[in-house]
Amino acid sequence: MIRKPWPWYVAGPLIGLTVPILLLLGNKSFGISSSLRHICAAVIPANISFFKYDWKKEAWNLFFVAGITIGGFVATFWLANPDTIVISKATQTSLATLGITDFSGLMPADLFSTPNIFTLKGLIFLVLGGFLVGFGTRYAGGCTSGHAIMGLSNLQWPSLVATVSFMAGGFACTHLLLPFLLRLVQ
Amino acid sequence: MGNFREDTDTDLLSAEQDLVINEDGFDGTNQQKEAESFASNIKYLIVGILFGIVFVKAEIVSWFRIQEMFRLDSFHMYGVIGSAVLVGLISVQLIKKLRINTLQNEEISIPDKTFNKGQIYGGVLFGIGWALTGACPGPLFAQIGSGFLAIIVTLLSAVAGTWTYGLIRSKLPH
Repeated sequence: MIRKPWPWYVAGPLIGLTVPILLLLGNKSFGISSSLRHICAAVIPANISFFKYDWKKEAWNLFFVAGITIGGFVATFWLANPDTIVISKATQTSLATLGITDFSGLMPADLFSTPNIFTLKGLIFLVLGGFLVGFGTRYAGGCTSGHAIMGLSNLQWPSLVATVSFMAGGFACTHLLLPFLLRLVQ
Repeated sequence: MGNFREDTDTDLLSAEQDLVINEDGFDGTNQQKEAESFASNIKYLIVGILFGIVFVKAEIVSWFRIQEMFRLDSFHMYGVIGSAVLVGLISVQLIKKLRINTLQNEEISIPDKTFNKGQIYGGVLFGIGWALTGACPGPLFAQIGSGFLAIIVTLLSAVAGTWTYGLIRSKLPH
């Protein structure tokens, strides 16, 4: 039973519990995109003021994301779902018209398979996408964890602004930009 | 509050902009007064492992699930985020009302989020990246752990994006 996909009403509350757990364990505010900043501060601060702070104080966050990586491994290799992922028919149809053919994995092999790294697909969906994630989350001061979950849990209205902006960007990209990009790489 | 910080890299900032940047000087997610020893950080690793398991088992790491979300073809992701916020909200309120302290018996302190226009501009840019990669930062780590090694490129690129933001942030509207 644990191997079947977990429904939202199990996963959501578990994720929400991370907020009090981290607070109670050590007064830590839940957030993940800050790990990108700590990595920069630890590895390539390059005399940039944004990275000149005591990152070691935030080392807990790096342990946390290392844990997420391990957790992904554990779930994939020991708790894997024996069945294929069930994707909404409507989404499959929309994506099929844009050239996606393989709907059997969590990630579309058409775009994210390792050989794609050195193709235009890789440039757009890995490099450009990743860059926007790293740039945008720091510019916004948080991602879905820091703003949508932690920020809204603490009734911070700037986090509501951020969350609405996340969704606006995502909707705009999915409906306006993505069709163009997927046709480009077909 | 508005201390000037002359930096050899950036232009001399207006006091107002400098204020915004200084407030965010250390992200402030660790509000614990006592220093954390190396071994004591293991507990965050464990929480992370459980978190990563939830991410993968609930398919939050799936590009397809994010597409479903932005195409309004499935309630799943909205259910996840919505119920997570609800549980987070209730627990924070309970902690405050019952004045529950941390394991180190410190008073819980959650820094406020100061508004600046970066939440809008940065937010939209992140949203675009989210739709392209099918991942926000958390899932990126889980995807790599799951064996999607191409995502290492995405993560490196994300670090580059954060670094670039740090480099040019004084020239961006906030």
